[in-house]
Amino acid sequence: MADTTYREAIREAIREAMRRDERVFLMGEDVGPYGGAFGVSLGLLEEFGPERIRDTPLSESAFVGAGIGAALGGMRPIVEVMTVNFSLLALDQIINNAATLLHMSGGQFAVPLVIRMTTGAGRQLAAQHSHSLEGWYAHIPGLRILAPATVADARGMLWPALRCPDPVLIFEYGGLYNASGELDGGAAVDIDTAAVRRPGSDVTIIGYGGTLSTSLTAADRLADDGIDAEVVDLRTLRPLDDATLLDSVRRTHRAVIVDEGWRSGSLSAEISARITEQAFYDLDAPVARVCSAEVPIPYARHMEQAALPQPAGVVAAVRAALGRSDG
Amino acid sequence: MPSLGADMESGVLLEWLVHPGDRVRKGDIVAVVDTAKAAVEVECFDTGVIERLLVEPGTRVPVGTALAMIATVPDPALHQARVTGAGPAGEPAQAAGRTAVPVTSPLVRQLAAERHIDLGSVPGTGPGGRVTRADLQAAARVVPEAPPVPDGARVRASPLARRLATELGVDLGTVAGHGPGDTVDAEDVRRAAAERLDRRSTAGLPSTADRASAMRTQIASLMARSKREIPHYYLTETVDLAAAMTWLRARNRELPVPGRLVPAALLLKAAALAIRAVPDLNGFVVDGQFTRAEAVHLGVAISLRGGGLVAPAIHDADRLALTELMAKLKDLVLRTRAGRLRRAELSDPTITVSNLGEQGVESILGVIYPPQVALVGFGTVSDRPWAIDGLLGVRPLVTVSLAADHRVTDGASGARYLLAIRQLLQRPEEL
Amino acid sequence: MTTADLAAAAPTDRAEHHYELLRQMLRIRRFEERCVQLYSATKIRGFLHLYIGEEAVAAGAMAALTPADAIVSTYREHGHALARGIAMHSVMAEMYGKATGCSRGRGGSMHLFDAATRFYGGNAIVGGGLPLAVGLALADQMADRPVVTACFFGDGAVAEGEFHECLNLAALWHLPVLFCCENNLYAMGTRIDRAHAVTNLAARAAAYGLSAVDVDGMDVLAVETQTRAAAEFVRAGHGPYFLEFRTYRYRAHSMYDPDRYREKAEIAQWQQHDPIDALVRRMRGDAELDDDALARLDAEIAAEIDAAVQAAEEAPLEPIEDLTRFVYAESRSHDG
Repeated sequence: MADTTYREAIREAIREAMRRDERVFLMGEDVGPYGGAFGVSLGLLEEFGPERIRDTPLSESAFVGAGIGAALGGMRPIVEVMTVNFSLLALDQIINNAATLLHMSGGQFAVPLVIRMTTGAGRQLAAQHSHSLEGWYAHIPGLRILAPATVADARGMLWPALRCPDPVLIFEYGGLYNASGELDGGAAVDIDTAAVRRPGSDVTIIGYGGTLSTSLTAADRLADDGIDAEVVDLRTLRPLDDATLLDSVRRTHRAVIVDEGWRSGSLSAEISARITEQAFYDLDAPVARVCSAEVPIPYARHMEQAALPQPAGVVAAVRAALGRSDG
Repeated sequence: MPSLGADMESGVLLEWLVHPGDRVRKGDIVAVVDTAKAAVEVECFDTGVIERLLVEPGTRVPVGTALAMIATVPDPALHQARVTGAGPAGEPAQAAGRTAVPVTSPLVRQLAAERHIDLGSVPGTGPGGRVTRADLQAAARVVPEAPPVPDGARVRASPLARRLATELGVDLGTVAGHGPGDTVDAEDVRRAAAERLDRRSTAGLPSTADRASAMRTQIASLMARSKREIPHYYLTETVDLAAAMTWLRARNRELPVPGRLVPAALLLKAAALAIRAVPDLNGFVVDGQFTRAEAVHLGVAISLRGGGLVAPAIHDADRLALTELMAKLKDLVLRTRAGRLRRAELSDPTITVSNLGEQGVESILGVIYPPQVALVGFGTVSDRPWAIDGLLGVRPLVTVSLAADHRVTDGASGARYLLAIRQLLQRPEEL
Repeated sequence: MTTADLAAAAPTDRAEHHYELLRQMLRIRRFEERCVQLYSATKIRGFLHLYIGEEAVAAGAMAALTPADAIVSTYREHGHALARGIAMHSVMAEMYGKATGCSRGRGGSMHLFDAATRFYGGNAIVGGGLPLAVGLALADQMADRPVVTACFFGDGAVAEGEFHECLNLAALWHLPVLFCCENNLYAMGTRIDRAHAVTNLAARAAAYGLSAVDVDGMDVLAVETQTRAAAEFVRAGHGPYFLEFRTYRYRAHSMYDPDRYREKAEIAQWQQHDPIDALVRRMRGDAELDDDALARLDAEIAAEIDAAVQAAEEAPLEPIEDLTRFVYAESRSHDG
């Protein structure tokens, strides 16, 4: 077992996929000599050449749509979009084409495409590079949305995503690229289920991507207080793994959702609704949410940190759910 | 005042559930009595009409004191059976007269059954005193409906708390909320259920502190008597539970979550079954004479939240399937802490098990409950070093102990009993 | 047939070829005329964008493509679909919303799909099909297949950002895309000179480094000849090609609209150049067609349409239990 960074894990996953399947290629802005905006594809050009590590012009709609077309044409493209904010320039292609073609064609044309993009704040990149819009994509039937929060998932999710006939969007959390963890080989992981990252009995904290570590940190602090929190990592944002979520909430009777997206009309709202729809009579407290402040993410560090979900906020939400807000 | 346990000498009448003039039937719960261990419901053994209540709530009276007078009438069902058996066919109804099952039409009988109305309690206005459909409808109107919502705001309670309140029979309006925003949460409901006893003892009844202290006195007297009268001997044995725990995990995967087994269920079952190997550990010494009990009613020591201890029985524990035993155990713990034990549960144990595993202690050398003759103790199940085939390994172990009455059995019998427990726990699938 | 083959063809072969082009144009026109009736009778619902007047483009362009080539189309695609060879009954059933429709009732008039003829759909987002065509061509290029992707779009799409991104990308990567711009002068109700500073669309394509020509879109033979030449160029690996077909739709943008954006006289003037009339005149002049043959052709097409309508009427609806099918693939392994 070796210590690997999240970034290296994704790179190795791409490398493995390209070695295993001739049809796989990587396409995006500056994925070639530059090595990708976040250094993920560094060194891949040397191994696979410019045909398969393909720099594109700054034309998100064209190259994301070209990825869809190439998938229709039998290839297995991995399209890299620098950040989720930029993916809005390709929103038409993702939502009007990738998500609809199979259905509109009555099952004739599947789109086996993987789109990778960075999401999340915390690096003082301000309001056009920091937003967590994956919840928007999770609204769309026809898309599969993944959010690796661990090195193992960063390494293991790509291959099954490429094997999947549906368009899969993988949201890489920007603050995790330098995070490292032990990686036991490169086993593919399932891309359908949520995972209980920390078992507990008093409350279920639900996070994903960047908020998994926030949740785990909060759970550790709560343990010092004698509160035994369970932490669930969603992993797959669409289709949501209701079974794992609800099983946990039915055991703990309380849920706190931690989402770097905004709360209004959000993924956290969706999860909260599902819990109240399906586990209402198991709830011993209202479902609570810890989300980003409803502002465009600001630049200055103190404001940015204040806008984001923090462990202290999660601890407070859990204590409130347990009726211990008085301290 | 009924005797609600071998150690009970007196009791406090907490609450009457009937009033003079009420018609009661055999088996009805008529009163609640505080035995210093728990609030116990008192059933009546006769059918008739309550004439007079002789004891005021809050009064402590010795066992054997009359609590009320009942004017008995023949049990209609029995009466009819007797008449039917004796009299000529075709005339039972006439012979039974007004006190037997009322003469009614099939429709009325069906409606009564659907509405759970006892036809015997409905005055008949039809020909020959028959109960008519109109009588039945009048009776149905008298049946109390759901209690009205108390005045003022709706109780703020969590969905789970509402569900539990229904299951445990707790009136949410009486529960103080400590959940988020002072809502009533599940813990509040559970606490309320456990403390129902204390609420009953308001209006001049014994306070919680009084009751706890009374219970302490009772335990002190009983245990002192045990140590004074019973020559205890003690044996312990450490048992490897690897097979049992493995089997338990596998079994639990097949069971729905609410029905899952805990290790205690296995231990209790083994303790009950092992009695068959040494039946002289199961029974009572009364006036210096040992009487072997036919059935195994396993007393289970349950500690109360406010302090103190009760050891009610799981009846015929040796004959219950594990899942049944588990369900009974859960029910017993819940009702003990809610103060809802039945009389027989307190008086019937033939041998008692004390399981202090929850507390994490390694072993327990217990004090026998007189007039029983043995007490089995289980410590915590924990991973400890253990030699297996000449090698040191780590296994889940439990220390089982026996405290037994040397007047009835010797160490060799006790050893056979512990050995039987050990062997049973190696074949969990047969439990 | 290559361009050279066509030029050298024997007169009888040429007559047959012209008859086939005429047949395709007439099928499209009569089919759509029936659609107008069916729409009025509420048999067809939703949007219905008619191609009447523009038939020469579909008939001529499709004649120049091979079965291995791919087609990406727009929401005004009945003509493309029929000329490409999707069975008329399956197009009609789709417009009826029936289970036997080419998109199993999920697409309707604007979203005809057919894997067998590599018809990648009517796309109802203006310009939305261009990136798909670029990607399909990329796959062919990477797999070294001598295949052309023909991408149809209108003058309206030229104003979209995707058009410019895609022409640049296709030219940059020398992708085998045949951009077929059907310039009918109106983006819905906005005339081209009200939307474009430079109305010579071929010239704008050329600015991205593409080979680009404009073609008389009312002349089916010109369409076919130019398309054939362009397709050969693309197939030979010289990169993308841009064809601007100058054409005209006689009818409203969708089924009915107020038509306040143009004069009736303008429509009448274009009808003087009707592509079907033009080809019939030419074939009569060359003695390639007589009244009997034309009557026979009309009867044959009427019968085909009757049969398609009857089949659509009788076809079953997709069972509602299948509503959520085809949102996700039904099998995980996808190695096709």
